[in-house]
Amino acid sequence: QGKFTLLRDTRTDGSFLVHHFLSFYLRAGCKVCFVALLQSFSHYNIVAQKLGVSLTAAKERGQLVFLEGLKSCLDLLFGEEEQSGQPSPLQFISTSNLRALFDFVRTSLTPTDGDSWKAPVLLVDDLSVLLSLGATPVAVLDFIHYCRVVVCSQLKGNIVVLVHSSEDSEDEENELVVNSMCHHSDLILWVEGLATGFCKDVHGEIKIIKRVSLESTEQDLVQIYQYKIQDKNVTFFARGLSAAVL
Amino acid sequence: LLSTEEDKYGVYSNLLFKYFLAEGVLCGHDLFVASAKETPDNILKELPGPLLDDTYRNELREEATAVKSEDFQDSMKIAWRYENLPKMEASPTSSTKFGHYYDISKTMSPELFQSIKWHSFFLPEELSLEPKLKMCNMNCGYARLLQSIQRIIYQEGFDGSLPQKKQKNILRIGIQSLGSMLWGDDICSTDTPKDIHSLTKFLYVLRGLLRKSLSACIITVPAHLVQNKAIMERVTNLSDVVVGLESFIGSERETNPLYKDYHGLLHVHQIPRLNSLICDVSDTKDLAFRLKRKQFTIERLHLPPDLSDTVSRSSKQDLAESAKLLSSGCGAMAIGKKHLDF
Repeated sequence: QGKFTLLRDTRTDGSFLVHHFLSFYLRAGCKVCFVALLQSFSHYNIVAQKLGVSLTAAKERGQLVFLEGLKSCLDLLFGEEEQSGQPSPLQFISTSNLRALFDFVRTSLTPTDGDSWKAPVLLVDDLSVLLSLGATPVAVLDFIHYCRVVVCSQLKGNIVVLVHSSEDSEDEENELVVNSMCHHSDLILWVEGLATGFCKDVHGEIKIIKRVSLESTEQDLVQIYQYKIQDKNVTFFARGLSAAVL
Repeated sequence: LLSTEEDKYGVYSNLLFKYFLAEGVLCGHDLFVASAKETPDNILKELPGPLLDDTYRNELREEATAVKSEDFQDSMKIAWRYENLPKMEASPTSSTKFGHYYDISKTMSPELFQSIKWHSFFLPEELSLEPKLKMCNMNCGYARLLQSIQRIIYQEGFDGSLPQKKQKNILRIGIQSLGSMLWGDDICSTDTPKDIHSLTKFLYVLRGLLRKSLSACIITVPAHLVQNKAIMERVTNLSDVVVGLESFIGSERETNPLYKDYHGLLHVHQIPRLNSLICDVSDTKDLAFRLKRKQFTIERLHLPPDLSDTVSRSSKQDLAESAKLLSSGCGAMAIGKKHLDF
């Protein structure tokens, strides 16, 4: 409860973790607010069906609030003037102010009467896009901070965020955001390629860093596994013990 | 959304661009060509002519219609088409999955254009027509282009807004040299541009338009000119497929015996992972291209055998350098920090 999980990928695609968390929390009966900035709804829906969850059904019964960033952006730019009263959550493209996005998250996760879902979850894919769309790093960090206050502390829910980063990246703003969030996360799942290069059977390595306590100076628990992605699931195994080798 | 990082003089990326459009003509897709430096008319006049012999042509027609029916899903993006070109030298009439072959010594005859509808956007003309357009603080040229694309998609029904139109078709969009100074963007001329978000905002909205309609798009970007590399990283994140062309013209590799058969290297930086957990990675990561009189081919890079008696220190170093480059994979599958592949 009240945990902040950071999904971080370096030179590879960590979105399989996003799909996992999405179907995991939906199956667990939590109310999920998914801010999907980079892909369309049907993409997630098709993968979720392979993992055994129907996003359309979840949306209909009110368990899933899906913000399709690409679609909202088009509605904002090319749609007719609507007097809906609620500013579009993607408004920051023109105003660089993430307030409307935060309000959207807050209203979708605040429980209404008749809601019987378990703890709320905020899922973001991915945060690095906000920087590409004109938000400053400070604005992005503030947004995450506000979300944490509401979702983790007040509503006792969880947050899962995906970011891209790389050690030799030249995108300093992005690295700033990622580093800052690393210090504030309870759990970091860091996905990277193998140090030895591309391999068909082992797609990469995942480092699981669990913060034992944010206050004390105890060492974080670090576990490393390797993984292979298949059509319907991902297999994890200890280093060097891939099925191809044994 | 396919992003192509241009080679230094734009020669080869231009060729890829024209291939994309030519394929569209032959498949009967509609075209939308946008450029700031050449009029779209001229671009279309220079498309390569198709290479056909009669039996092959019939086979192609059947395959083309088969492919079209698969393409009718709600959102369309381009997959990496050229994987299907034969990697070894093989005659063009051998079996292929789909696609056409072209003869670049000939240009496409105007009759082939009759059956398709094409739309053009030439920046100097468009800017003179309409005064400044304000769209989320984006560069004016980009904003006009987006508006134009959106209008065509809506009017021609590519986004499903014309239900009475039974025959669905695909719109192929080609945008040349995005990010260059000709589009009014200064990311190529300075390290601290006035508005570093214009290009990325444009790409985001373009991506939205592509996802919402039956269209596919190729853009070429002069990546070597962009001063602020963070922008190129963001462009890569916003695209589905990213391909980089590195030509050997004027570089020391031109005289390197390793590369004597080729004109350049093709780097696949990213491939799409759409609608699925996995992506389709080919076995070969090292692709090189060459431009012959009639054909532009992309092949697996063969390192020639090390046959000389006196292999000096420097050339061994060179081999190691190129081996380092060769073993770097693409972004969807992980790449490593060191080069232990041989």
